[in-house]
Amino acid sequence: MSIVMLKDVKKSFDKLQVLKGVSFSVAPGEVMALIGASGSGKSTALRCIDRLELIDSGEIVVCGHRVNDPQLDLRKLRLDVGIVFQSYNLFPHLTIEENITLAPRSVKKISRAQAREIALASLAKVGLSEKAQNYPEQLSGGQQQRAAIARSLAMEPKVMLFDEVTSALDPKLTGEVLKVIEALAASGITMIMVTHEMNFARRIADKVIFMHQGYVHESGSTDILTSPRTSELREFIGDELH
Amino acid sequence: MILDFTAILARWQMLLDGLTLTIQLALVTTITGFIIGTLCAVARRSHVVIAARAATIYVESIRNTPFLVQIFIVYFGLSSLGFSFSPVAVAIIALTINVSAYTAEIMRAGFDSIHPGQWEAGECLGLSRVQNYWHVALRPAIERVYSSLTSQFILLMLASSMTSQISAEELTAAANFIQSETYRPFETYIIVALIYLAISLLMRLVFWGIALLAFPRRRRLGTNL
Ligand SMILES: Nc1ncnc2c1ncn2[C@@H]1O[C@H](COP(=O)(O)OP(=O)(O)OP(=O)(O)O)[C@@H](O)[C@H]1O
Ligand SMILES: [Mg+2]
Repeated sequence: MSIVMLKDVKKSFDKLQVLKGVSFSVAPGEVMALIGASGSGKSTALRCIDRLELIDSGEIVVCGHRVNDPQLDLRKLRLDVGIVFQSYNLFPHLTIEENITLAPRSVKKISRAQAREIALASLAKVGLSEKAQNYPEQLSGGQQQRAAIARSLAMEPKVMLFDEVTSALDPKLTGEVLKVIEALAASGITMIMVTHEMNFARRIADKVIFMHQGYVHESGSTDILTSPRTSELREFIGDELH
Repeated sequence: MILDFTAILARWQMLLDGLTLTIQLALVTTITGFIIGTLCAVARRSHVVIAARAATIYVESIRNTPFLVQIFIVYFGLSSLGFSFSPVAVAIIALTINVSAYTAEIMRAGFDSIHPGQWEAGECLGLSRVQNYWHVALRPAIERVYSSLTSQFILLMLASSMTSQISAEELTAAANFIQSETYRPFETYIIVALIYLAISLLMRLVFWGIALLAFPRRRRLGTNL
C-alpha cells in the first residue's frame, strides 16, 4: 500500500495546463525528491495532494483518503498530511509555542498541558527549545522555517510535504534546515520534498521524480541524478550545478 | 459678555444622569457594534453569495444615509410595527445599526490584510474556516486596524448626542433641557462640550489599556504587524 498515489492527474489554471497526466506513488517510510525546472508543476502537484488545489481529472489517494472525492472529510486529510512552504507562514501574533499548540488544541482538542509537552518535544527535534516563548519575528529565517516544521510535526502527520523550504534562505541558514529534514528522513517518516538542492536529494532520497513540462519525465532511484537517462534531466542537473 | 456657570453647575445631578446614559450607550453599542460589524465583515467576504450581497446592501445603505434619518426610521418604524420600545432601547438599536456598518468596513480591511499564506497555513493544520477566523485572522486584523476602530467608537459616542432627538435622556438632552431652564445656552453647551471631551479622552485611555492586554506581542516587541 502506498501512502500517496497519483494516477494520471491533470490540472489546468484557466487555459494553462500545468499537470498533463502525472502519476507516481510513495510507499510508507519513503523519501521522495521532486525535482524539475521552474514552472514544471512541482508545487501544483504538492498542493493537489493536500487538496489546496482541485484536480480536473485523474485520481489522488493519500493515506486512504480519495482526495478528489467531494465526500472527502477534509479535516481528516489535513490531519494525515503535513505541509511546509518556502515562506514559513508562522502566525506572527503568537509565540512559537502558541504557534505549535494551536492546532493540537483546537483541531485535536488536546489539553493545554499535553499540547505544551508535544510542542516542546517537537521544538527539541528541530533544535529550537530555547525559542518557545519568542515571537516569529525574533527568529532568523532558518529558525522560523524550523519552527514551521515543528508546527507541522506536532500534528503527527503520516506524510510530510516540503516545498522548497530552503530557497528563501541564504546558504548559511540552509544547512541547519536541511539537517532537520535529514534527521526526519532518518526517523522513518514518509516525505515528499520539492528541492533544488541536488546533493541533498542524492544523500537522503530513496526515489527521485523529475518533472518536465507537466509530466513525470524521468523517475527512479537517486542514481538518475548521477547518470540521467534523458537529455532533459541531464541538462537540468547541469543547470542546477552552476 | 459675562459668563455665568452657576445656574448650570447647580443642575449637576441632571448633567451626571445624562453623562451616565451617554457612557452606557457608548459602552453597550461599542460591544454590540463590534460583534455585529465583525460578523458583517465575515459575511461580506464569504463565498455564500446571498450573505455577501445582503451584507453589502446593509453596509452601503447605512454608510450613505444620515444618522439622524436612521434614528427616525428606527423610531417610527418600530412604533408603526406596533412595538413600543423606550427611547433608550431605540437609541441602542439605531446606534448599533449605524456603527456596525462602519465597523464592518474597517474589519473587512483588517481581514483582507491577512496574507493568503496565513489562511492556508491554518487550513493545512486542519483548522476550519471559523477557527481560522478566530485563531489566525482576528487578532492580527484588529491589531492592524485598531486606531481606525477606536476612532470609530469615539465618533459613535459623540453621535449618541443625536439620540436626544427621540428624547433619550443622554448628555445633550440634559443640556437642551438645562439651557431652556437657565437661558444660558452658551455656557451650557460649553460645559457639555468639555464633558464630551473628557469622555473621549477617557475612552482613548481605556482603548490604550485594552491594546496592552490584547496585543502582548506589540507590548513586548514594540513593533507593528
Ligand atoms: N493559482 C494559479 N493560478 C494560475 N496559474 C498558476 C497558479 N499556480 C501556478 N500557476 C502556474 O502553473 C505553472 C506551474 O507552477 P508551479 O508553481 O507548480 O511550478 P513549480 O514547478 O513549483 O515551479 P518553481 O520551481 O518555480 O516553484 C506556472 O506556469 C505557474 O505560473
Ligand atoms: Mg514551486
